[in-house]
Amino acid sequence: MSAQAPAPPIRLRVWQRRRPVVGKAWRHPLAIVGLVLAGAWIVIAIFAPLIAPHDPLAQTASSFAHPGWHHLFGTDELGRDVLSRVLFGARLSIPLALLLVSLALLIGGTLGAVAGYFGGILDTVVMRASDLVFAFPAIILAMVVTAALGPSVRNAVLALVIVSWPSYARVVRGLVLSTGDSEYVASARLLGSSARRALLREVLPNVLGPVLVLATLDLGNAVLLLSGLSFLGLGAQPPTPEWGAGVAEGTQYFQYWWIGTFPGIAIFTVVLAFNFLGDSLRDALDPQSSWSHGGDAE
Amino acid sequence: MLLGVGITFVAFCLTNIVPGDPAAANLGQRAIEDPAAVAAFRHHYGLDKPLPEQYGIYLWHIVHGDLGQSEQNHDAVTHDLGQFIPATAELALLSIFVAVVVGVGLGVIAAVRRNKLTDHVLRVVSLGGVSMPTFWIALVGLYVFFFRLNWLPGTGRLDPVVSPPPHLTGLFTVDALAAGQWSTFWNAFQHLVLPSLVLAASNIGLLTRYTRSAVLEVISNDYVRSARAKGMPGHTVILRHVLRAALPTVITVIGLAFANVMTGAVLVENIFSWPGIGQYAYRSATTLDLPAIMGVSLFVAVVYITVNFIVDVLYGVIDPRIRLA
Repeated sequence: MSAQAPAPPIRLRVWQRRRPVVGKAWRHPLAIVGLVLAGAWIVIAIFAPLIAPHDPLAQTASSFAHPGWHHLFGTDELGRDVLSRVLFGARLSIPLALLLVSLALLIGGTLGAVAGYFGGILDTVVMRASDLVFAFPAIILAMVVTAALGPSVRNAVLALVIVSWPSYARVVRGLVLSTGDSEYVASARLLGSSARRALLREVLPNVLGPVLVLATLDLGNAVLLLSGLSFLGLGAQPPTPEWGAGVAEGTQYFQYWWIGTFPGIAIFTVVLAFNFLGDSLRDALDPQSSWSHGGDAE
Repeated sequence: MLLGVGITFVAFCLTNIVPGDPAAANLGQRAIEDPAAVAAFRHHYGLDKPLPEQYGIYLWHIVHGDLGQSEQNHDAVTHDLGQFIPATAELALLSIFVAVVVGVGLGVIAAVRRNKLTDHVLRVVSLGGVSMPTFWIALVGLYVFFFRLNWLPGTGRLDPVVSPPPHLTGLFTVDALAAGQWSTFWNAFQHLVLPSLVLAASNIGLLTRYTRSAVLEVISNDYVRSARAKGMPGHTVILRHVLRAALPTVITVIGLAFANVMTGAVLVENIFSWPGIGQYAYRSATTLDLPAIMGVSLFVAVVYITVNFIVDVLYGVIDPRIRLA
């Protein structure tokens, strides 16, 4: 047995060499913590009906029960189990954040790529539009859109897509501009690739990494903004179990700290998980901005 | 400038897309049933003209400092803004001051202690700072420091029994000091502490991260090594040579922090019943009070443009290589 002991590390190194990105990310404890936290929340979101001890909507006579054995996180003003409401809240916030970021990425990314690749009037129009959205404070624009369309989860997501596509458009445009000028794209075009093929085959792979980082970090942001809108009463409507709305409930019943504290912790841990992951991904993909190797330019 | 016009345009489009009839919002129930009254109202505000002309009238009014009337209380929007801006300004300025002092300090420490334990701890702290929902820290802060410990006052700008200082700038702390009312100053300051700290949390995280990477980019330069080699003490090198060169990045991020504060203000003012722009924006948006929304947006745009302008000017002051033409 002892003679075979040194074997595993060597095998590990080969594995790391083959997949450098994953390997590097794994060496960061933050990435592991982020992955575990995010994974746990995704599992909770999928299996909430099985895990939750109570029906999140069931009202009981025991309102404002302190956290204890029967209700781990206590109960709210209608006697609903806070723990169950927090667990079910994951089913709303996490898929919506994913949807929101994918939509913003799709719209912003496409517009940015087209603007960067073709330039001209198209570029000007897209960039000026994104300037405008940037100049409008995101939350005010989102508030107006949701208030105008009527407060609901769907409209909150829609409003946030409207305010969040420009950052993708800008990043993708910048990356497309810099890779579009490179020699390998020029040679692909000379070899007879169409513009579409050059964009998809040559430019896209180079754009994907940074955009992935942005999207991961943005997932956290999406959860924050969505719950913020719900906190203001512009997102999920009662009695839907939603984290931001839960914190808002907590501000109504101030002395019963558990009503607002636990949904807040849920938001915090989810956002933290995505930020840890995004940050570690950035380190792995871009040694220039790395936290542990930053500024090593000698 | 172009941005300002753009914003008026977007807002103008919004006012026309959003369902809701300004005549219905402004006239009483009796008047709305009288077609003549509605027509008179529309004519008075130019609502019977074609859209491009309406936009022209609207711009003309703005240029003359008339942002229209709020549909909630029928006050001039400029009057409302004048009332609410100082409260937010006081909160935002203190919050940004705290964020800059703490964030830049922590960022420099993280950079100097790169890859040591302190650095790793600060990384987690700064990520934690940007991950915390503002409205939640506000709630927890109020519960702990007001309800439980009673170290700090609760909501509002002053205790109900304290009367506001004579109006000078609208910043209660400054006005109280100017009038020599020490107890009012102390009261106003205590009320400021919690909301401004809550508002600072995410900006501290942001500034720590960017300061750290900006300092790291500079710290390995030859001139820093020469300064060290000639025997300059460590903190002097950091302050005079490193921080100065890192300053442009830091200032850009401070500009970003202003935008963050505006977003945070909506949530924080809501919880702390702070009578500022954030609450005004919230009330206007939820009641679809379009002139007020416009006013707030224009104000924020003006802040945004001014901050960007100051940042650009400061670049030139700090770095002689980027003098503005």
